[in-house]
Amino acid sequence: MSDEEDIILSELSDDELVPQMHDDLYDGMKEEIEEGVNILLERGWMPYDVLTKALVEGMRIVGIDFRDGILFVPEVLLAANAMKGGMAILKPLLAETGAPRLGNMVIGTVKGDIHDIGKNLVTMMMEGAGFEVKDLGINNPVENYIDELESGEYDILGMSALLTTTMPYMKVVIDTMVEKGMRDDYTVLVGGAPLNDEFGKAIGADAYCRDAAVAVETAKEFMAKKHNQLSA
Amino acid sequence: MALTVDDNTLTEKGLNAPKDNLGRVLLLACGALAHEILALKRLNNWNHMELQCLPAKYHLYPEKIPQAVEEAVHKYRDDYETIFVVYADCGTGGLLQAKCAELGVEMVEGPHCYSFFEGNEVFAKTSEDEITAFYLTDFLVKQFDAFVTRPMGLDRHPELRDMYFGNYTKVVYQAQVNDPALDTKAQECADKLGLPLERRYTGYGDLEVTLRDIKA
Repeated sequence: MSDEEDIILSELSDDELVPQMHDDLYDGMKEEIEEGVNILLERGWMPYDVLTKALVEGMRIVGIDFRDGILFVPEVLLAANAMKGGMAILKPLLAETGAPRLGNMVIGTVKGDIHDIGKNLVTMMMEGAGFEVKDLGINNPVENYIDELESGEYDILGMSALLTTTMPYMKVVIDTMVEKGMRDDYTVLVGGAPLNDEFGKAIGADAYCRDAAVAVETAKEFMAKKHNQLSA
Repeated sequence: MALTVDDNTLTEKGLNAPKDNLGRVLLLACGALAHEILALKRLNNWNHMELQCLPAKYHLYPEKIPQAVEEAVHKYRDDYETIFVVYADCGTGGLLQAKCAELGVEMVEGPHCYSFFEGNEVFAKTSEDEITAFYLTDFLVKQFDAFVTRPMGLDRHPELRDMYFGNYTKVVYQAQVNDPALDTKAQECADKLGLPLERRYTGYGDLEVTLRDIKA
């Protein structure tokens, strides 16, 4: 028998519940996160506040411990899965309540590559940070990116690759954007395990993002620059 | 006496064999290739070659390979006329190739062992149609838990399986030798991933050709 008493989430005050949700997210407890989200909503919290204060802040802590080698991929995936459960409840409510939007992004794994764990984490964290994200999925030829960018009002293109054999395809996409005279209309962010800063620069991306948290911060920085340029 | 070494040691520590004073060529290899290289040495009487291996677990951390290779080359350089690095790119994104060029040593061509076992030319042609294949070699079949189950957390959280492997459609077992016990184990690996198994006998592929061509 465990020495720990079961915690009844509904009996916690808001000040206790939010840190408890951070702990539950850290431990990948999806059902508890869903319950916590519902409790905060029932208490009159705005969906955007639940998202940012309970979920995004919890994932930020997970991201720091992943970066520092305290957590590893399996634990991050469990945490992400728990956050996904909370996001599923919040997403329709966020649209209804007019949560702030920071920008629009297209994201996808490049042609020849089917790995999407990192891309999915970035998508979730970007959505959590207030970006609208169109996820093109895996194995995307250049046409998929170009067609999508041309079909909507996007600010950012994100590309992901896990393989050293597929990452050069990112340059094919960027070169095509240059040929079409559309490269400067977008911020291009790239990521994936075998990439690095030098590679990002060499292919003409705006930035290489080593993890989902960095991707969010980088995207915010570029959006702020864009905003400042427009208002100058 | 034939050199034998167990798979767990090859995964964790590599192979640190005593110099036998016959070898003029050092093969500095990934531990995952030790059995195959030792078999080729025996088959071809390559007594001028000796083998040292870095831990096969670097397969999980490719960023560690270039530095580990550099340290080993410096360690053994004075003892051999030639050092040949028996790694392909192996997820280093060209950094191992650059390091080998800097050190003045040669290495195996190709992206990874799945490619050179199958033959780099053949693999380059077929792999575009096989992007949803998860490859295993003899060594990886034997060390499946060390390279897949445990580092991916599937022993603790089997529910993560589909997050990792949901986009794959088959396991391709590239067999270096014909061994029914390994075939059975490969099937068990595929079953654990929930994917069908395709067995493909490759033998040693370009590995044998490459080692034969090393100039002492």
